[in-house]
Amino acid sequence: MTAIANDEPGLEIETVVNGAPVRARVAVRQSLVDWLRDDLGLTGSHVGCEHGVCGACTVVVDGVCVRGCLMLAVQADGASIETIEGASASGRLAALQEAFYTRAALQCGFCTPGMLLTAAELLAGDDKPDRETIREALSGNYCRCTGYQAIIDAVEAASTSEKR
Amino acid sequence: MSDRLAVNRPLAHDSAAKHVAGEAVYIDDMPEPSRCLEVYVAWADRAHARLLKLDLDAVRRASGVVAVVTTDDIPGHTDISPVGRHDEPVFAAETVQFWGQALFAVAACDVHTARRAAGLAVIAYEDLEPRLDVDAARAAEDYVWPPAHFVRGDTEAGLARATRRLDGRVTMGGQDHFYLEGHVALAIPGEDGDMTVFSSTQHPSEVQHMVAHVLGIPSNSVTVEVRRMGGGFGGKETQSNLFACVAALVARKTSRPAKCRLDRDDDMIMTGKRHDFTVDYKLGFDDDGRIEAVDMHFASRCGYSADLSGPINDRALFHADNCYFYPDVSLLCHPCRTNMASATAFRGFGGPQGMVAAERVIEEIAIACGLDPLEVRKRNFYGDGERAITPYHMTIEDNVIERVVAEVEKDSDYWTKRDAVRRFNAENRWQKKGLALTPVKFGISFTMTAYNQAGALVHIYKDGSVHLNHGGTEMGQGLFVKVAQVVAEELQLPLERIKITATTTAKVPNTSATAASSGSDLNGMAAQAAARTLRDRLTAFAAEQHQAEPSEVYWLPGRIAVKGNEIAFADLVHDAYMARIPLSATGFYKTPEIHWDRAAGRGKPFYYFAYGAACSEVTIDTLTGEYRVDRVDIVHDVGRSLNPAIDAGQIEGGFIQGMGWLTTEELVWDEQGRLRTHAPSTYKIPTCADRPEIFNLRLLENENPKATIHRSKAVGEPPLMLAISVWQALSDAVAATADHQHPARLDPPATPEKVLMAIGRLAEIEATKEAAE
Ligand code: FES
Ligand code: FES
Repeated sequence: MTAIANDEPGLEIETVVNGAPVRARVAVRQSLVDWLRDDLGLTGSHVGCEHGVCGACTVVVDGVCVRGCLMLAVQADGASIETIEGASASGRLAALQEAFYTRAALQCGFCTPGMLLTAAELLAGDDKPDRETIREALSGNYCRCTGYQAIIDAVEAASTSEKR
Repeated sequence: MSDRLAVNRPLAHDSAAKHVAGEAVYIDDMPEPSRCLEVYVAWADRAHARLLKLDLDAVRRASGVVAVVTTDDIPGHTDISPVGRHDEPVFAAETVQFWGQALFAVAACDVHTARRAAGLAVIAYEDLEPRLDVDAARAAEDYVWPPAHFVRGDTEAGLARATRRLDGRVTMGGQDHFYLEGHVALAIPGEDGDMTVFSSTQHPSEVQHMVAHVLGIPSNSVTVEVRRMGGGFGGKETQSNLFACVAALVARKTSRPAKCRLDRDDDMIMTGKRHDFTVDYKLGFDDDGRIEAVDMHFASRCGYSADLSGPINDRALFHADNCYFYPDVSLLCHPCRTNMASATAFRGFGGPQGMVAAERVIEEIAIACGLDPLEVRKRNFYGDGERAITPYHMTIEDNVIERVVAEVEKDSDYWTKRDAVRRFNAENRWQKKGLALTPVKFGISFTMTAYNQAGALVHIYKDGSVHLNHGGTEMGQGLFVKVAQVVAEELQLPLERIKITATTTAKVPNTSATAASSGSDLNGMAAQAAARTLRDRLTAFAAEQHQAEPSEVYWLPGRIAVKGNEIAFADLVHDAYMARIPLSATGFYKTPEIHWDRAAGRGKPFYYFAYGAACSEVTIDTLTGEYRVDRVDIVHDVGRSLNPAIDAGQIEGGFIQGMGWLTTEELVWDEQGRLRTHAPSTYKIPTCADRPEIFNLRLLENENPKATIHRSKAVGEPPLMLAISVWQALSDAVAATADHQHPARLDPPATPEKVLMAIGRLAEIEATKEAAE
């Protein structure tokens, strides 16, 4: 739901979301992930804890992974935002996506978009991370289903894939 | 590789492509229907109190509030006990029974407005003493379910006769499910008072029943649908009922769609968790570590209502033997009523708690006799004849535990590693290593016999595409792809031709919860039966068309062959349609052989057992209590796997979840009965960094001797208990600080603090001993 309640002040923001300019009036207390999900219909970013702990809400703001539940929509004014939908469409996740798919690195899938964006950030800065580095990099993203084994395998496989 | 077309293959999860693109739709992702309301459920901040006043005028008047719903707004029944005990009100009535119990609901255009308005309620309580421990409940003899007692032989005589005797107590904590997707329900009112509810639930039929019950309408007016959950783990077996009912009540009252989604804190505060247990044991054994008699007295904190505590506590007793034969045995369990959220189903359903007690027994005996625990385990394994009979008088017929353990022993190089651990511990003062190899035997079937049934519905459309539906729900475990594989195999079609559809009570009625690891056993068989009916009809049709016997019709991938003709599936279907052959069928399955007489403590509650074993190696820091799991080796029995990739995922995930339960996941209630660990900031589930550095997993080469779906075995719950090896390895490392002279008595969850305290306890014993000398 658009969460500008009657008595709540709104602010105008200008952003770029997945490459397209977006101008909108947002409630000052609305989190970035709520705005993306509820107002823009970008529901690939999930809300798991709303505490900044689980990583399910991960989105990319000006090239850096952030927790969409800890950032307010108004703070994104002037920023460029990329969600799983945009990252997927751009093709930059192809190697990771394929590795997650073939290695069964997901079960319920709720953590998957956040995992992928975080893993992509790791691989962008480190060509051949060892497993220890992968574990460390992903340790801020909860997965309750897989036990992480397949996820680490998949990230490792993607780092050596030709698709990169 | 399998010679089968679809089964036994490591095919990807049916939603995998959608998940990696962020396209899979969970209930909160569905576009909200127009005029949809959002609902906040207000809860009591008392564990036990009389509700003197609940004045909601200010809430109703608050800006943005569209409706407030209380008990008075419930047109039907005000109670939603899933087991018909009438002990679970939708909203607390005269008495508040736990901190977090629902009081009323507020609906507004957005949940923030509703939540803020709820804070305006004027509530007066008269505080009552909260009961929070099992001893007080036992003193009051206040149980949510009649206690169960399994007896075989004469335990008192057995204990009296035994060469050695030992008593002790183990306590173990509960566990929050922490499914990443919290509880959510979306209710949409229809004409004639009908209600459609999208609910994140493992049990759509029960949600349907409950919604009908509170709305005072027949079940045929309510449809419940769920395409997928973002994790369930038992936490959405009964706990979804309340939120679905509240959403439906708002929808009924306002004639508008209503969505109820909990944030993480409310989810953890309001919903039930795994039962914690206290177990007092008395053991009799000989000098060689052979068990002679076991007396165990279990007690669990069940919370304020029965929920599923009866069968969960029973299942603890069913697994208090794990893989071991107890010659004389008495197992008693008291499901205690406490002022807490009603403890509920969680992967393993009491089984893990029973098994923890069994492994503590082994640990005690090993230390007492100065034997390696693995040796003690092997000496007490179930055997043949009289030694194959469980405390509930069922004969085990499919025992493969010796083989499984032997394979893990080899894979992990147990004895070499044992020597290395010993050397390491002799050479290192501040760090100690521990090693443990523990077995798992888990009984498969709902112990409530009636639940062991399932239905499925398969349509073939004129173009040859297939629509599949069954009563099982998808929570990430891969049930949908497994059942689709079964249907694809039956019809010899590529998996893409089978459309997997959302679970809905409108297509397959009266289903059981997707629980007890039974999802693919039950629904796979039902779907196979439906597909087989269609296949038989098509076979008979083709035979008639070609003047052949049905046995002369061969099903090949994508086509049939009859009398030298090959006919593509789509053509066959088209011709069958023209010949007016019905192309839709239902299938049904019920598990054979099982029966259970609870009063007598006798029967065959399980169709078969699933087995596994794990060896874990850990290192602890004796100064801080911190630890890491260095290596894990697992061999697990899934029969002939329907899908090895999915099964491996279940084993890995189950293991880590079990490890969380036994190590870092600590639930803390204060003296007032308030849960203090209701967010991930204070409640720690395992992260990527906590997982074992080396993790080796193999599936046992086996097939189910029972005629299960393609001879596979259930896999959802059993692997969770493989993690007992981590806890036992930690105990081993703690015991190493005092040269294995005393049992570590490290009670799970073995947090670093607990490890440190256990080390301290042993140091004190040693110091007293030295002082005495
Ligand atoms: S929802 Fe943002 S970190 Fe969990
Ligand atoms: S796949 Fe379910 S949380 Fe990761």
